[in-house]
Amino acid sequence: MSTVVVGYVPNALGGAAVLQAAEEARHRGADLVVVNTTRADRLVDPAYADSADVSELEALLARTGVGYSIRHSISEATAAEEVVDVAEEVGAELIVIGLRHRTPVGKLILGSTAQTILLTARCNVLAVKLP
Amino acid sequence: MGSVDNFFLLMEGFTTALQPMYLLYALGGVLVGTAVGVLPGIGPAMTVALLMPITYTLEPTAAIIVFAGIYYGGMYGGSTTSILLNTPGESASIVTALEGNKMAKAGRGAAALATAAVGSFVAGTIATVLLSFVAPYVAAFAVQIGPVEYVALMVVAFLTVGALLGSSVLRGLASLGLGLFIALVGFDSLTAQQRYTFGSPFLADGIDVVLVAVALFAVGEALYVGSRLRHGPIKVIPVTGGWTTWLRKDDLRRSWRPWLRGTFIGFPVGTIPAGGADVATFLSYASERRLAKGENKKQFGKGAIEGVAGPEAANNAAAAGVLVPLLTLGIPTTATAAMMLVAFQRYQIPVGPQLFESNSALVWALIASLYVGNLMLLVLNLPLVGIWVKILQIPRPYLYAGILVFAVLGAFSVNFTPIDVIILLVVGILGFFMRRFGYPIAPMVVGLILGPIFESQLRRSLAISQGDPVALVQSPIAATIYVVLLVIFALSLLLKRRQRQFEAMVAANADAPDVVRGTVQSSGTTPAVSIRREDTDR
Repeated sequence: MSTVVVGYVPNALGGAAVLQAAEEARHRGADLVVVNTTRADRLVDPAYADSADVSELEALLARTGVGYSIRHSISEATAAEEVVDVAEEVGAELIVIGLRHRTPVGKLILGSTAQTILLTARCNVLAVKLP
Repeated sequence: MGSVDNFFLLMEGFTTALQPMYLLYALGGVLVGTAVGVLPGIGPAMTVALLMPITYTLEPTAAIIVFAGIYYGGMYGGSTTSILLNTPGESASIVTALEGNKMAKAGRGAAALATAAVGSFVAGTIATVLLSFVAPYVAAFAVQIGPVEYVALMVVAFLTVGALLGSSVLRGLASLGLGLFIALVGFDSLTAQQRYTFGSPFLADGIDVVLVAVALFAVGEALYVGSRLRHGPIKVIPVTGGWTTWLRKDDLRRSWRPWLRGTFIGFPVGTIPAGGADVATFLSYASERRLAKGENKKQFGKGAIEGVAGPEAANNAAAAGVLVPLLTLGIPTTATAAMMLVAFQRYQIPVGPQLFESNSALVWALIASLYVGNLMLLVLNLPLVGIWVKILQIPRPYLYAGILVFAVLGAFSVNFTPIDVIILLVVGILGFFMRRFGYPIAPMVVGLILGPIFESQLRRSLAISQGDPVALVQSPIAATIYVVLLVIFALSLLLKRRQRQFEAMVAANADAPDVVRGTVQSSGTTPAVSIRREDTDR
C-alpha cells in the first residue's frame, strides 16, 4: 500500500495542504500520514496543534474518507527533518506541504522548512498554495 | 526642605528627563523591561545585572534612567503573560493570573489586559507622586541618624529580605548568609588583612557583586532552563477587537476603586521591607475579594475584573515604594533595587542618606523619568500586546545563548581577566542548584551588596562605644527600629500563614496558574508551592 505524507500546521494553509493531500491519496489509492511536531524549545509554538486542533483535523480527515494516521508529538528534530524522516520510514511516494511567502531575512535567520523538505526529500513533493 | 522646594527640584528633574536624548534612553529601558517582563524566568534584576557594563560608557543619569525604565517595564510586561498564558512572567504577576487568565478564557482577555495596563499606569503615577513627596522627608530624617541606627536599619533589611522572600525562612537566611560570606572575601577595609583569599591575588580585591549577580541570575537560570527544556508549548489565547474598545464603561466602573486601593496597599508595603511587590499583590487580591459584593463576588475564581485591577495596581505602586528606602537610606529590598544600588556604586555615587543632597539633580531626574516611563509604558502596552506575545515564540536556545554571551562579556569586562569568567561559571553552577532546591537568590544578592556597608557601620559604632555591644540598642531610634522589626515579623508570620491558606485554596482550585509548565518552576510540587519558589528574580 502506498502512502502520502503531509506536513500539517493548525491554520488555513495547513488545512488546504491536508485536503489536497487527501485528494492525492484518493487518486493513488494511498494511505495518508499527517505529521505535526514541535521541538518544544519555545514557550509558545503556534505551529503545534493543540487537542482542539487535532480533533478538528480528525473530523476533516474522516470526511475525506481516506485511511489516515496522525503523528503528533514532541520531537528533537526540526519539523522539516521530521516530515522527511517519516516519509522515508513509511516509504511515501509523495510529500504534501503548504508553501507560504517568507521574507529573505526571515529565511536567513530561521531557515525555511519548505526549502529543507524540497531539497532533502527522496520522493516528489507537492507544494500547496493558499487558495 | 519645604515641599515647594521639592516641587521646583522635581520640575528641574523634568527638564532633564524630557531632553530628547534621555527620552530615548527611557524608551529603550521600558522596551527592554517589558520584553523581559513578558518572558518567564528572565526578570528585570537579571537584565540590569547583564546591562551593568553600560555604566562604563554612559553618564550616570542616562544609565540610571535606563535601569529605572527596565524596572518599571518589567512590572507591566509580567501581566501580559499572566493573563494570556496563565504563566506569570515574574513573581509580582502571579496573583494576576488567578482572575486574569479566567477572564481571557471567557473571551474577556482584552478587558483584563486593559485594566492591568491602565491600573498599572494610575498606580505607578500616584505612587511616583507619593515617592516625590515622601522621599525628601525620609531623607531629611535619614541624614540625622548615626551608625548605630544604620546598623539597626540594615538588620531589618537583612531579616525581612532573608526571611520574607521565598518559601522558607531557613532557606532565605541561608542564602543571605552565603551572600554575606562572599562579601567578606578580599581585603578587610579597616586593617587591610586578607580574608578567605587563600593567598590568591585574584581574590584579594574581593568577588565583584555584578559577577555574582550575573552568575546567579543569568548562568544559573540558563542551566536551569537547559535542564528542563522540553515541556510542550502553551497556547496563547488570542485577543480580539481594537484596543480602543477594550475597557467598557462597566469595566471602568468596577476597576477604578481597586486601582486606588491597590495603590495605597502597594506603596507602603513596598516602602517597608516586607517582601516586595508580591506580598502587596496578595494583600490587594484578598481585600478585593472580601470587599466585592453580590454578583461580582460570585465572579471571583471565575474571572473577576477587580482581581486583576487591584493586584496590578498594587505591584506597580510597590515598585515605586521600593525606591523610597533605596534612595533615602541606600537599602535595597528587592533584587532589582539591589542591582540599581550597584549601578550607583559603579559611578562612585555615595548611596545613603546624603544622596538627596549630594546628587539631587540625578535623583530628581530619575524620579521625573519614572513619570515619563509610566506614560510610555501605557502607550506601548495597550496597542502592542501582539508584538509582546510574539517574543514568546523565540526558541529558548537562541534566547539563552544570547544571555550567556552577554553574561560572559560582562564578567570579562569587570577586570579583563579570564579568572572572572571562571568565577562566573562556578557561581552559576551554585545558582543552578539553589534554583533547583528552592533557595531564593535575592537575599544572597542583597547580603552581598549590603554586607560591606553593614560591616563598616557596625565596626564604626562598636569603635565609638569602645566595643560595648549594648550601645547598639541603647539609642532611642535604634531601639524603636528593633521593636518595629519585632512587630513586622509577628505581622508577617501572620500574613504568611494567611497567604499559605490562600495558596492552598488556589491549589485546590483545579485551574491554578500553570507555572509548572513555564520555565520558572521545578516539577513535582503543587502549583501553589511552586508559586512561592519563583520570587528569586525581581
